[in-house]
Amino acid sequence: MTQPVSPPRYDSGKAPAAARPPAWRTLAARADVRTLSLLGVLAVLTVIGGVTKPDEFLDTRNLQLVLTQASVIGVVTVGMTFVITSGGIDLSVGAIVALASVWATTVATQEYGFAGILFTALAVGVGCGLVNGLLVAYGGMVPFIATLAMLASARGLALQITDGRTQIVTVDSVLGLGERDAYVLGIPPLVLVFAVVTVIGWLVLNRTTFGRRTVAVGGNAEAARLAGIDVRRQRLYLYLLSGLCCGIAAFLLIILAGSGQNTNGNLYELDAIAAAIIGGTLLSGGRGTITGSVLGVLIFTTITDIFALNNLQSDVQQIAKGAIIVAAVLVQRRTASTT
Amino acid sequence: MRPTAPTPLTSRRGLLFGTAAVGAGAFLAGCTSNDPKDEKTAAEDRPADDKPGKHVTIGFAGPQADHGWLNAINDNAKRRARTYSDVTLEITEGSNDTAAQIGQIETLINKKVDVLVVLPADGKALTQVGLKAMRAGIPVVNLDRVFNTPQAYRCWIGGDNYGMGLNAGHYIGEKLKDTPDARVVELAGLDNLELTKQRTKGFDDALKNYPNIRKVARQAADFTVESGQAKMAQLLQAQRKFDALWNHDDDQGVGALRAVEQAGRDGFLMVGGAGALSAFQAIKRDDGVLKATVLYPPTMSASAIDLARALGQGKGVGGMAEYEIPASVTLYSAVVDKDNVDRYMPTGFR
Repeated sequence: MTQPVSPPRYDSGKAPAAARPPAWRTLAARADVRTLSLLGVLAVLTVIGGVTKPDEFLDTRNLQLVLTQASVIGVVTVGMTFVITSGGIDLSVGAIVALASVWATTVATQEYGFAGILFTALAVGVGCGLVNGLLVAYGGMVPFIATLAMLASARGLALQITDGRTQIVTVDSVLGLGERDAYVLGIPPLVLVFAVVTVIGWLVLNRTTFGRRTVAVGGNAEAARLAGIDVRRQRLYLYLLSGLCCGIAAFLLIILAGSGQNTNGNLYELDAIAAAIIGGTLLSGGRGTITGSVLGVLIFTTITDIFALNNLQSDVQQIAKGAIIVAAVLVQRRTASTT
Repeated sequence: MRPTAPTPLTSRRGLLFGTAAVGAGAFLAGCTSNDPKDEKTAAEDRPADDKPGKHVTIGFAGPQADHGWLNAINDNAKRRARTYSDVTLEITEGSNDTAAQIGQIETLINKKVDVLVVLPADGKALTQVGLKAMRAGIPVVNLDRVFNTPQAYRCWIGGDNYGMGLNAGHYIGEKLKDTPDARVVELAGLDNLELTKQRTKGFDDALKNYPNIRKVARQAADFTVESGQAKMAQLLQAQRKFDALWNHDDDQGVGALRAVEQAGRDGFLMVGGAGALSAFQAIKRDDGVLKATVLYPPTMSASAIDLARALGQGKGVGGMAEYEIPASVTLYSAVVDKDNVDRYMPTGFR
């Protein structure tokens, strides 16, 4: 019954635009190959971890650990992916995380408890994102410079607030979220937040007008403007979104580290950019993948985990990390161009 | 009588004459005993103490206080200087940028301060400006991070990184000496720094005295709470069971303790490093794994002010026989545990 019906439908869909469907399909295939190659890297890493440290690596607690450690930078990377997809860059993410985390852990803020800390972290993140967005979109500044300026001033302000001190959090409802009692069905709350942010990010980028506009602005801003997209406003929103992600990440970091410190979020900008690029997002804009970015983050965190479990020292870790970035990108380019 | 600085205090002159009289008496007595000690000189060149003397302007240049310990360094220097009515402290805005710090020190040289106290962001890179100050006739007290050559400073005062590791290792060793096959874990500081290597070396050397103890793992964090949490979480996952942990730095220890809490682990002894207030408080409460911490005393900047003042006034150090301050002072890394924590509590930094 179904057989006679489906082929004509398939044909009719293909017939009007003979050239487009194959292009579409290769694109889809390419995207899949990218994701598959990342999953392959992750699988290889899992084998390495499982062989070298079977008891410690292949363990629920280790999975929880890797995902928890990935969640802070993961949330930042989701925001970064949007900005890079639009052809921009946000160098200030680490500094914003630092500023939000110290602002939200001052004695004054802690008096307002859970809600005060959460609100402050998010508000500071969004506030910084707003400044970035206004400078880039309406001030006509190059994103690299505008966010570099934000990096410097946010770090400075964070230092000024803390005076170099570690601000220890004493609000139990916040601290409790990082402990084992708070796990939901074995999943740490931090990981849940990371998962929710990832899913929302994926939906927004792939299934909404906002996402399509982001890609369009990154692909060709002038064409996007001619097509009726308010490019400036779109850019403003994207930096706001990145700032919001930094605010969320700062809150997660406060839970994780039980404190706020002006050195928080050190070099997050580079980790986030690296994860996004490894994931398959184009640094020049026009193409972005949340799935790839998240896989990129997971690859980095898993590498760190395996190195630590095998008691390898930080010098070896850094050398290997650099080599793996190069290898991953080269392999991807290969697989992407051969298919 | 040796010439002394003119003093407006007649009571002091009286005191000196009195001392001279007593000295003369002692001299007579000394004639019989053959005692070579010259009491007159000892009385006049007495070491720098709390009594006001010649006014000294001390220039202080340190790195940016972006870490609890460095912040405490600045605080201690300022507070110590305030306790002396005869000391003016010219403190620069801290900077981690070598060029900026050189500029700040040159400004202090041009202002013709009497003595310089310098905690370089990078000891090697700031050697030249130390030399310049010395050549300009301004003695330099080099604080903690040492210059390349002793010509660049009159006195070096600083902590003992090797001793820190050594004392931590001995403390753990004594606690575990009756535990068969004891396993020890090390959470180090920033591996890029020479001081981290010295701390680890001292720790390893101390543990060699205890054949039953084996160091099973070492990971390096970077002195931040965030890295302390991440690396400690990894260590806990990697080592299902261990008996003791030495953490190089109490700031990253905040994160390490958080990781221990999150993993729900105990049954081991943790020793910290540096001497943060939060660590002292945890040791005093005695409700967690942290039982002791090894000092890297931030009070060294207060001592540096003392030395600089003594230098400016041309005096020696109290409690020592010499007429000059020493060329180098290495501070002891005391172990603070529950028994003596109250004494050290006021020195704890936030």
